[in-house]
Amino acid sequence: MSIRVLRPGLLSTIQDRGRHGLQHVGLCPGGAMDPVALVLANALVGNAGDEAALEITVIGPELEFEEESLVAVCGAEFKGSFPHNRPVLASAGSRYNVGRAMRGARAYLAVAGGFAVEPVLGSRSTFLPGQFGGFQGRALRHGDVLPLRHAAASAKFSSLKKTRDGSVRWSAPPLTLPDREPVLLHVLEGQHFESFEPAAQRAFFEAVWRISPDSNRMGFRLAGPALARAESDEVLSGPTCLGTVQVPANGVPIVLMADHQTTGGYPRIAEIASADVPRLAQLAPGGTVHFARCDLGMAAELRQHMNERLAAALRGIAWNYGQ
Amino acid sequence: MSRSFRPKAVHPLGDCAAYIEFSEELDLEVNALIQQLAVMIHGRALPWMHDVVPALGGLALHFDPDHAELHGAPLQAAANLVAECLKKIDPKSGAQPRTVEVPVCYEPQFAPDIDEVAKKTRLSAGQVAQLHVAGDYRVLMIGFAPGHAYMGGLDRKLALPRRAEPRATVAAGSVAIANDQTVVYPYAISGGWNVIGRTPLEVFDASRQEPSLFAAGDRVRFRPISGEEFSKMQG
Repeated sequence: MSIRVLRPGLLSTIQDRGRHGLQHVGLCPGGAMDPVALVLANALVGNAGDEAALEITVIGPELEFEEESLVAVCGAEFKGSFPHNRPVLASAGSRYNVGRAMRGARAYLAVAGGFAVEPVLGSRSTFLPGQFGGFQGRALRHGDVLPLRHAAASAKFSSLKKTRDGSVRWSAPPLTLPDREPVLLHVLEGQHFESFEPAAQRAFFEAVWRISPDSNRMGFRLAGPALARAESDEVLSGPTCLGTVQVPANGVPIVLMADHQTTGGYPRIAEIASADVPRLAQLAPGGTVHFARCDLGMAAELRQHMNERLAAALRGIAWNYGQ
Repeated sequence: MSRSFRPKAVHPLGDCAAYIEFSEELDLEVNALIQQLAVMIHGRALPWMHDVVPALGGLALHFDPDHAELHGAPLQAAANLVAECLKKIDPKSGAQPRTVEVPVCYEPQFAPDIDEVAKKTRLSAGQVAQLHVAGDYRVLMIGFAPGHAYMGGLDRKLALPRRAEPRATVAAGSVAIANDQTVVYPYAISGGWNVIGRTPLEVFDASRQEPSLFAAGDRVRFRPISGEEFSKMQG
């Protein structure tokens, strides 16, 4: 079983939930930028939530299914006719061919059984800076043939009532797509928040920030007012986290994303609540955000809210499959 | 009397991690204690703990705040864990650090900045290499990139600031110096340190059982090799 790459798209990589437990040797967990959409796509084809899928970014690929495959795409909506947020039985020789992302920035294409690539250091995620994991440690290229593991979910799928395009009438809800911009992100004050000028502290929460073009899986740069520090002394290099907002000397904040560095020597002005990071991951360059203060209690509530919505969506999928 | 070590602060690093800070400055004794503490917490293999990351002046604990076996407020649980381990640590009886020997070729083809370093320090290129080899180094922290070790112990005569203009790419294995530290670049990446040599060793190899050549706390010695030896070792 395999998928042939006819056009790779802007940045298509194999990603799962990432590799934990190696940050002490400088390796961040990495994995899907929007893990919520990854879990949904996997559930729709009967995979475990942490199975590897194809992360598609801003401009989609053209793929050909060499054999009949059960597929689902969740996350960003791309221009094209492929059904979204639902299981699709793609016939042998049929294609997944999409254009630009219309809403959101990243989608996850999961295939029943998963991709047959070897885990590296406990994960199938592609780590681009280190050129390992996923498919040959890199983004897809024209002509690649992605091996698939044998699928077992098709039998369950065949008992479902289907539409003419080989899909079903129901769909999973999109949980991470921003419905309006600027996207509101909740943040905790970072360790060095107080070391910024009072004007910069205010500007951080009042400004609308735009994702810069030089943003990637390592970090998003935010265009807006320059953030000046009241103290000019350097901070001791310290640990960072997914969602850390750090500010280099030029005053331009950088949000650390999935493939971030594990330590950094820049002052940390804020930390984005973990439940809000997947929604940020759904913004492409040009997208806008603003920040609202929160505390650990509220961050926990946001997490709980997201977990409940995800659990409800997963129950809905299971119910439709008659489980 | 021995010093008593207590965290200065516990900072939330978002809602899924905590930074237990001991010092805002680099203090070698504190740094060594942090490494001992990290090994101890790692050894506990707690189901809710994802990562234990020793840094220069403190350690980060990355956890699943919703894990069933994590009782109470996560930040408090992290602080309690550190306090509990601190009680059991004897700063004098830490495990003997291992010594990693790193062969380095200091010849000009691998050392684009050695002449400039020599000029600024009023030494010859040969003396720069000699002083670098003579040092007894310790890994203070791994960060910036996988396997990228910040090592302290550089001879003061070699202390120079970072380059004003960082290089777009520094070759993998490049051995570089800045201020009072030395590093070995694990991959070809951009960097602003002064490159004075190169090792043929793979600093980080994801296919190895132990992917990183260095760990925080290691002692490191550099051994000079010729260009010929370099080629042979690289295979």
